[in-house]
Amino acid sequence: MNSNQPENDSAKIVNESRSEVPNGAVAAAILSAGTGCFAISLFGLLGDAFPAVSHFFNFYNPTGPLSGVTTTAIVVWLILWVILARSWKGRSLPMGKINMIAFLFLGVGLVLSFPPFSDFLQGK
Amino acid sequence: MQMSFREILTLLHGMGFGGLLLLAFSGALIQFYRIFSPHRSSPLTVWEQKLLRIYLIAMAVLAWGTVLSGAYVVYPWYRAHPPEGFTDYTGYPQRILLSSSTTAGWHSLGMEWKEHVAWFAPIALTMVAYVIIKYGSGLSRHRQVRNAAFAFALVAFIAASIAGVFGALINKNAPVQGGAVIKLMEGTK
Repeated sequence: MNSNQPENDSAKIVNESRSEVPNGAVAAAILSAGTGCFAISLFGLLGDAFPAVSHFFNFYNPTGPLSGVTTTAIVVWLILWVILARSWKGRSLPMGKINMIAFLFLGVGLVLSFPPFSDFLQGK
Repeated sequence: MQMSFREILTLLHGMGFGGLLLLAFSGALIQFYRIFSPHRSSPLTVWEQKLLRIYLIAMAVLAWGTVLSGAYVVYPWYRAHPPEGFTDYTGYPQRILLSSSTTAGWHSLGMEWKEHVAWFAPIALTMVAYVIIKYGSGLSRHRQVRNAAFAFALVAFIAASIAGVFGALINKNAPVQGGAVIKLMEGTK
């Protein structure tokens, strides 16, 4: 066993306190992820409620509307991530507010994904 | 002992990707505690940070593998419609479930929920992996970012659990079967 290992390890420890990272890029990732999750449920609900939307989302017939619902939501998530990351690059934003909006999208997305609730919204 | 081609791929989707992902959450929880705790005794070394990044990227890859194999390999077999006038629903799991009021809920609640909520996991885990890569163990000093990463990881776990539990129970009630039969072992009487 190498007796110098602990010294080597501690020498490799990153001195994080010296590098303050602006949170813009991370805020963009968090908010867009919340929006992406919400988009999955929203598109699923719309596809379930309107036959025309369901038909539109039928990108790949064997999988049915689920293919379009998820592909579109992923595209929305990634585009939003890129746009926000460019807009907020190098900036420091109030993470409390960003988190609150992201959690709201995530929470509403979770509730909307629950079939009894989405059925209730559709009056089924 | 034999399995059909569809059973093997369903196993790969559920136990290979999905099962491994669920197991990986326990390891992630411990690592999260190590880097998130402001009372930790020593910061992560460069090697430990690298390992954590690889671990989280692997979790995100497993999550994507689970939903993509589910939606584009297993789900088409599950939702396949039998030809007109066909009354034997063997090989048509969705039809089997919907043919009885005692099993219809496995589709109308279980599959309808699982097929959407499962996608929360790869989106959330991709974000969490990105945040950890960006901040590393320095995340312990950014409470708000840390809270967001933990909350999304928790939702990813919940989503993966919902999908995993319903997937197993649905497949128990109406198994995905069919395709070439592969003999795994010669049995003895």
